[in-house]
Amino acid sequence: MKKKLAIGVGLLLSLAAPYLFPTYVTMLAFVWLMVVLSLSWDIIGGQMGYNSFGNIFFFGIGMYVSAIVQRDMFSSGVDRFADVAGAAAVQLSQSEYFISLSVGVALAAVICVLVAIVLGMAILSMRGHYFAICTLGLGIAAGEIASGIDFIGAGSGMVTPLYPEAAGSREAFYYYFFFALAVGTLLLLNKIYKSRFGLVLNAIRDDEDKAEAMGLHTTRYKTIAWSIAAFVLGIAGAGTGNLVGFIDPIDVAFTGATFGVWMILTVILGGKGTLWGPVIGAVIFYATKEIFWTYLLGWQRVALGLLIVIIVVFFPTGILGWVRERWPHRFGERVEEAN
Amino acid sequence: MDNISLLIQAPSILGQLVLDGLLAGAIFALAAYGLALVWGVMNIINVAQGEFVILGGYVTYTLYDKFGINPLWTVPIAFVVLYAVGWLLYKLIIYRLVDRDLFTSLLATFGISILLQQLMNQVFGADVVGADAGLGSSLFFDSAIVTANIKFVSFSLALVCGVVLVMALKRSRLGQAIRATAQDARAARIMGVDTDKVYAATFSLNSAICGVAGALVVMTWVIHPFIGLVYTVRSFMIVIIAGLGNLAAVVVSGLGLGALENVAGFVLGAEFQSAFVFGLLVVILVVRNAMVRRKRQVLS
Repeated sequence: MKKKLAIGVGLLLSLAAPYLFPTYVTMLAFVWLMVVLSLSWDIIGGQMGYNSFGNIFFFGIGMYVSAIVQRDMFSSGVDRFADVAGAAAVQLSQSEYFISLSVGVALAAVICVLVAIVLGMAILSMRGHYFAICTLGLGIAAGEIASGIDFIGAGSGMVTPLYPEAAGSREAFYYYFFFALAVGTLLLLNKIYKSRFGLVLNAIRDDEDKAEAMGLHTTRYKTIAWSIAAFVLGIAGAGTGNLVGFIDPIDVAFTGATFGVWMILTVILGGKGTLWGPVIGAVIFYATKEIFWTYLLGWQRVALGLLIVIIVVFFPTGILGWVRERWPHRFGERVEEAN
Repeated sequence: MDNISLLIQAPSILGQLVLDGLLAGAIFALAAYGLALVWGVMNIINVAQGEFVILGGYVTYTLYDKFGINPLWTVPIAFVVLYAVGWLLYKLIIYRLVDRDLFTSLLATFGISILLQQLMNQVFGADVVGADAGLGSSLFFDSAIVTANIKFVSFSLALVCGVVLVMALKRSRLGQAIRATAQDARAARIMGVDTDKVYAATFSLNSAICGVAGALVVMTWVIHPFIGLVYTVRSFMIVIIAGLGNLAAVVVSGLGLGALENVAGFVLGAEFQSAFVFGLLVVILVVRNAMVRRKRQVLS
């Protein structure tokens, strides 16, 4: 009862947030984006025990797919381009904007899933650390290649279409976009982790050889799990491109140094392999980041590295893991007291 | 595709590219040998390997830039400084990772790599730097091929370093202890080997080797704080192809990688060279995976 009340209040607050804190809407949208990213990383990294350093790969692909659709779907004439800070942005009417956005988001998700399936068949039968290093290469290679392709603006990036409504309403729209995505992902994962599929993922994490010996086609399950992560990441990427308004191959799309690392860090901070851990980790990390980052003046990325080392080495169970160890009965675990 | 026809019309360019690549390859092999050492003995894949290389480069660069020392003389200094850095990192962080699972050590060394990379960015700045040893260049085949002499020097130094290292591992007391620990840490402990000391020495030695490699890199080409990961990936590829602890195979695949990468960089264009390295990593892992799977099927 108490839990339901807390969730209800939280939902209401989140829904009202753009009206309560209008100056912070973009920031709050990024909080929900962080929640989505860390939830999606936890499917593979936490529940399945496969560290992926390159999930940002799908984020970037989704962003580019959606941006290309939005740019090319309705704009055959040159007259539609408007000058935005030196780059040409497409101007669309309201209906055109939202139609191309929905097609772009849908296509981004579909293509990410297809890429995940094809790639997954090739690399997901690798065991743990080979997979980790392989994805590390994948994420960086994608960024390097994207900065050499002229069709998507190469290294100078591309601009997403102008939002057709009044200034300021764009941020609120994408706030609700990411809020809906985060809640949807949470509900989906809640369902998945309680099902047999969730048990299979945990079995792969605990002992893959045994899971295989029990007759589970582990590679198939791993590919499905990776596709789910790719689906969510593709949509998140499509939205982020539009929220930022400008796509750069290395600083916005394939951001190995920011979102790519943050999504790993937030999961470990909150607690790997739990449903709410990534959410807690993402919110706490983003809040501290916004408070402290401005005062660190260039040292923030040094702090980021230090933070990863400290959390991984000294605090591997994360916040939720620690709470669980402290008060196990709250999580429905019974502890036999030793006499 | 223009570049390919250019290669066919002017084979000397190909010769130039392959020679440059081979000379570079020895340095890659040196860093790869260090990675294999730590991997084999401590069961840790050091993602920060490339950052050690770059740090070694910055030691040489600082001595060259601030004190005007000829970079060739700073190679031993880079060795010593990076040995100390490795030892410090071991005592602070790495020793807690030895008995932990590979995921933890991967993530932790990944964190160290970000930490070192950003630290170097703050301390030395993001500019591209190099150090000139002032050795001039040589011409071959009617001056169709031009190569800086320093490349030959660093090639030989890298090979000498590798051979000395292997001899030391074979002959010295510490080398024997390291190899014993690699074979079976528990048995080595029972036989009276202080494995903690062995691990510390192994990790510091790896870091020192990277320091030497970095000193050679900064003399031969240029460095900047964010290029470390490319060296990590190259080392990793070489180790995967060559296997753990086989020096001859490491050298051969190092040289091969150097030549291949240089030619590919020319054919695809320089902006795709590092994309090629990372792409090649994915390809090599996929091929290796397919081969392992086939072997598994034959066994069963």
